[in-house]
Amino acid sequence: MVFAILQRLAQMVFVMVGISMLVFLIFFATPGVDPAARIAGRNASPEVLEAVRISFGFDQPFYIQYLTMMQKIFVTGDLTSFVNRGWKVVPAVLDTIPVTLSLVFGAAVLWVVFSVIIGVVAAACRDRWPDKLLMILGLIGISMPVYWLGEVMNLLTQSRFKDTWFLGWVPPLGYVPFSESPKGWFLALVIPWITLSILYIGLYARVLRASITEALQEDYIRTARAKGLSETRILLVHALRTSLIAFVTLFGLDFGALVGGSALLTEVVFGLQGVGKLTYDALQNLDLPVIMTTVLYASFFVVMANAVVDVVYILLDPRVRSA
Amino acid sequence: MAALSVFVLILVCCALAPVYASWAGVDPFRSTLDAVIIVNGVEQPVMELPKTGLALGFSPIGPTWQPGNYFLGADNQGRDVMARLLYGGLNSITIAGIATILTLAFATLLGLVAGFYGGLADTIISRVLDVLWAFPVYLLAISLSVVMITQGIRLGPVEIDSGSLALPIFIIGLIYIPYVARPVRGQVMSLRQSDFVMAAIGLGASPGRILRKDILPNVSTTLIVFVPIMLALNMLTESALSFLSIGVQPPNASWGTIIQDGQSLLYTRPWVALAPGIMIVLSVLSLNVFGDGLRDALDPKSRVKLGRG
Repeated sequence: MVFAILQRLAQMVFVMVGISMLVFLIFFATPGVDPAARIAGRNASPEVLEAVRISFGFDQPFYIQYLTMMQKIFVTGDLTSFVNRGWKVVPAVLDTIPVTLSLVFGAAVLWVVFSVIIGVVAAACRDRWPDKLLMILGLIGISMPVYWLGEVMNLLTQSRFKDTWFLGWVPPLGYVPFSESPKGWFLALVIPWITLSILYIGLYARVLRASITEALQEDYIRTARAKGLSETRILLVHALRTSLIAFVTLFGLDFGALVGGSALLTEVVFGLQGVGKLTYDALQNLDLPVIMTTVLYASFFVVMANAVVDVVYILLDPRVRSA
Repeated sequence: MAALSVFVLILVCCALAPVYASWAGVDPFRSTLDAVIIVNGVEQPVMELPKTGLALGFSPIGPTWQPGNYFLGADNQGRDVMARLLYGGLNSITIAGIATILTLAFATLLGLVAGFYGGLADTIISRVLDVLWAFPVYLLAISLSVVMITQGIRLGPVEIDSGSLALPIFIIGLIYIPYVARPVRGQVMSLRQSDFVMAAIGLGASPGRILRKDILPNVSTTLIVFVPIMLALNMLTESALSFLSIGVQPPNASWGTIIQDGQSLLYTRPWVALAPGIMIVLSVLSLNVFGDGLRDALDPKSRVKLGRG
């Protein structure tokens, strides 16, 4: 078991190194264009270009450039933006992390709770109308672009139904730190949480329904039925429990993907100053050092989250240990 | 099948975008701030003057609901949203389609080589795919786009302008390769051990012949099942990148860029943002429903899982 865990951690380190090299190659070695001109942003003066060249060591061999960049981002943290001269990038990114995590964790709670409820209900009524209806709704959820759903939500809560009794409580767009006002934090995030989780509720409810339906064909379910257990108990205790294994694996993968993808779009639409909004703002004025940093931090977070899920999985499931 | 016909209908409508634009007499790519149209016999400027003294600037006309006459209203630059919607759809579907072909072609090639030859080739390909797989797709796409869109790309004789549609196609085609290559590789590996391939090797068939005649036909089902799924996924990715302003570049349109244009008009002219979103949902939903049916028909054991955005 210890070997399996070490193996997984070694793989994690390998992937992290791979990703950092890939990011380096994309930003510094894409052929044809002077990388200094990219880093410095639009219409940079020759002095700025020269400063970029010195600061990133573009006269040095590639491996030195790579190490310089890694050192700037992870060790000394003194990477500065050239679009906003002298602005320290790494502390700015670290400041936005709590916002992103608040958004993602809240959405994760919603998506787990609702997808389990919907998946179980659909499996319980499989092939009858509630099942079909729920699965079609799930498919619609999967097919919606999350940022567009966010805009529709904004339209409803910020404009059309703003003064009605059932949506009057929605605060204006923006983030309220938890330490400042827990209630304000919660209210500000409710709509973003719902928006972000809808896509995943659809996906997970469908996966769970499929795996419960499959589990219900197994021999141990027949045994349970023969023992005279109630259908509810069979569904909730016997079938759901085994189906959750597939659910948990997927959850680990998606939680990571969520941090790196949909959360970014949600933050942009709702004006939450998280890592995603920071990346978006940097994209608008092509501030490459910021994008480099957020991409690396976010993808490392994702890789580590996946590794943690796998390690927990090794600890929980005896079948994986020996493998 | 009904789902497929919905998608085909959308495709045909979008393909007729130039016809619509010339019939309506609008140029969807040039700002027309001073145009005047006739609605119900009354002349109306496309960009209305602010009604109250405090409001700054112009506000574009809302939907007239008259085909060919600013049906969905105008955007911030006085351009006909309906015409842009059709052109945008054409771009979105073209990008998603070509990117799907690219992904499937490269993924099949990599999967075949890695799965069939094994050894060093497999190790290298699998490791690279592992890294790409672990890299969150949107972050990878953002990195690639931001670098290429700043200056375009110059690679020897190939010179791609930064506004070209080839860039989003290339980027979206690249990022999803591991999603297809991994299952293909697994399948090829198990086919490699099967009796009929062993028999072919025993008969002295060349690797090229075995790959072409024995293995590829068996993998093709998986590839076909992937087509609608990848198309749906690519459309969502393309629109998201365009929404982030790193996909299709202005003045060209895509459903994602129109939603972005509509963001600032959300509370006054919501249809600018609503309409392209509805089109995305309809196309992606129809592709997903069709993909579900296709998978149930061709791949009952569900080897191919719905991709994650």
